[in-house]
Amino acid sequence: MIQNNPIGRLIAHIILIIGIVIVAFPIYYTFVASTQSLQEILRPPLSLLPGSHFWENYSAALFGGVGRIGGVGVDRLLFNTIVMALAIAVGKIVISILSAYAIVFFRFPGRMVFFWLIFITLMLPVEVRILPTYKVMVDLGLIDTYTGLTLPLMASATATLLFRQFFMTIPGELVEAARVDGAGPWRFFKDILLPLSKTNIAALFVILFIYGWTQYLWPLLMTNRNDMTTIVIGLRKMISFADADTEWHLVMVTCILAIVPPILVVVLMQRWFVRGLVETEK
Amino acid sequence: MASSTRVTFPNKLLPYLLLAPQLAITAIFFYWPASQAIYQSVLREDPFGLSTQFVGLGNFRRVISDPNYLNSLHVTVVFSIATALIAMALALLLAVMADKVIRGKGIYRTLMIWPYAVAPAIAGMLWLFLFNPSMGTLAYLIRSAGYNWDPLLNGNQAMVLVVSAASWKQISYNFLFFVAGLQSIPKSLIEAAAIDGAGETKRFWTIIFPLLAPTTFFLLVVNTVYAFFDTFGIIHAVTSGGPGKATETLVYKVYNDGFVNLILGDSAAQSVILMVIVIALTAIQFRYVERKVHYG
Repeated sequence: MIQNNPIGRLIAHIILIIGIVIVAFPIYYTFVASTQSLQEILRPPLSLLPGSHFWENYSAALFGGVGRIGGVGVDRLLFNTIVMALAIAVGKIVISILSAYAIVFFRFPGRMVFFWLIFITLMLPVEVRILPTYKVMVDLGLIDTYTGLTLPLMASATATLLFRQFFMTIPGELVEAARVDGAGPWRFFKDILLPLSKTNIAALFVILFIYGWTQYLWPLLMTNRNDMTTIVIGLRKMISFADADTEWHLVMVTCILAIVPPILVVVLMQRWFVRGLVETEK
Repeated sequence: MASSTRVTFPNKLLPYLLLAPQLAITAIFFYWPASQAIYQSVLREDPFGLSTQFVGLGNFRRVISDPNYLNSLHVTVVFSIATALIAMALALLLAVMADKVIRGKGIYRTLMIWPYAVAPAIAGMLWLFLFNPSMGTLAYLIRSAGYNWDPLLNGNQAMVLVVSAASWKQISYNFLFFVAGLQSIPKSLIEAAAIDGAGETKRFWTIIFPLLAPTTFFLLVVNTVYAFFDTFGIIHAVTSGGPGKATETLVYKVYNDGFVNLILGDSAAQSVILMVIVIALTAIQFRYVERKVHYG
């Protein structure tokens, strides 16, 4: 046995608490700022306790018609972001599970070529092909559309690899038994494969939802109109230190609204998320 | 291996239909633009877009000899090394501590994973709220202490700010992997060392740290990719590459040259160089994974 060292454990707790303060402080500080009046924010140092303007600021940002970015309310930006995150997460999962199913459970000419074609997209992130991708999107008329915001991001080498890994652990006897019982590919997929993949799907959903929610370069390129953009890009447009009219208290509210939904998803689905993250990447 | 004896369905057309959506998206939105980037990288267009000519590796030569490009290469290397080191060192320290405590493990983890859900651009903004000279409380405290802090004017301070934001966001991710790595180290090994009289520090450096090497190496690659590519939002939202060009990373420069300044050939050449970097990093990552994970 390693000796039980209460002092060592105490030090561990102290270091962890300091770590958590560092990790949580920027978020907490922004929350505090979002409950203060504009004057209080502009006069540092800010108090470390929430102020008295919580309802005022939040209702102003959400329903008050203020805090608008070029005439667009925060609710619209939030809606766009939710659409984007959900569509990307669901789309990637559907498309990848179908591809992995084809690659693992069928034999056909070109199987490995297709697998590698999907795999290689890992090496072609948007960042390395900004301009030509933009041109394709313009030519297809996809700028400022939900299709443009989501469809091109639905291909996923990572998710396909993960499902492929998982499918290969499914014993051949199971497939054989299903076939003996007269189940076709569709029955097998729906009644056996999908139920078995539930945890993987849940884990991937969290990771991909966060991926969609936190996109930056893509919505920056694909949207010109303020009412089609995401809350992250909207925030970027709200922030101006040179502009004396920047309504910082509403910027802070918008910031909190932009980070709370994904944090909730991660925290509430923590069990699947942690498993999924550590497994997906390995 | 298993794949040859795998039981499969006999359908001939179905697999192609199943693969079609993914392949269509990759062809239209990945391969076509990427090949265009490569094609444009060997062309030069006049400023009005009226004529183009083939210049071979001319664009690459120009890009590589451009002091601004070398500057942004330097900025990217400094930024990536600093971000990866800080994010990994802090995460390792916290993970080792979390491995030690008995009570409160779950709560610590829950509180530690928040930044993972925060968009890089917003991580940058959060730090900017704290540290901008006009209203940031921490900036106020630094200035009260007599230090001349203004990351919007001082390049080094701007770099400190973006590195802090970038590594802050990455701590959660690294923490989860280090915790998983620590859990997979057999306790009996550590106990044996303890019986042999190795102290805590010695046990860490001679047993735990070497056994964590695969995790550490994997995270090093992932953090480098993150610092190179995923931090565009932080740079764009916080400093826009400035002040001067003190925080202009490679990805920011590709965006700026191509999308803002419309220098097509140079931007395409830079894209191709970035592509080579991603390919190298991905290859390293999967070579390592291949050794660990069993592929059929």
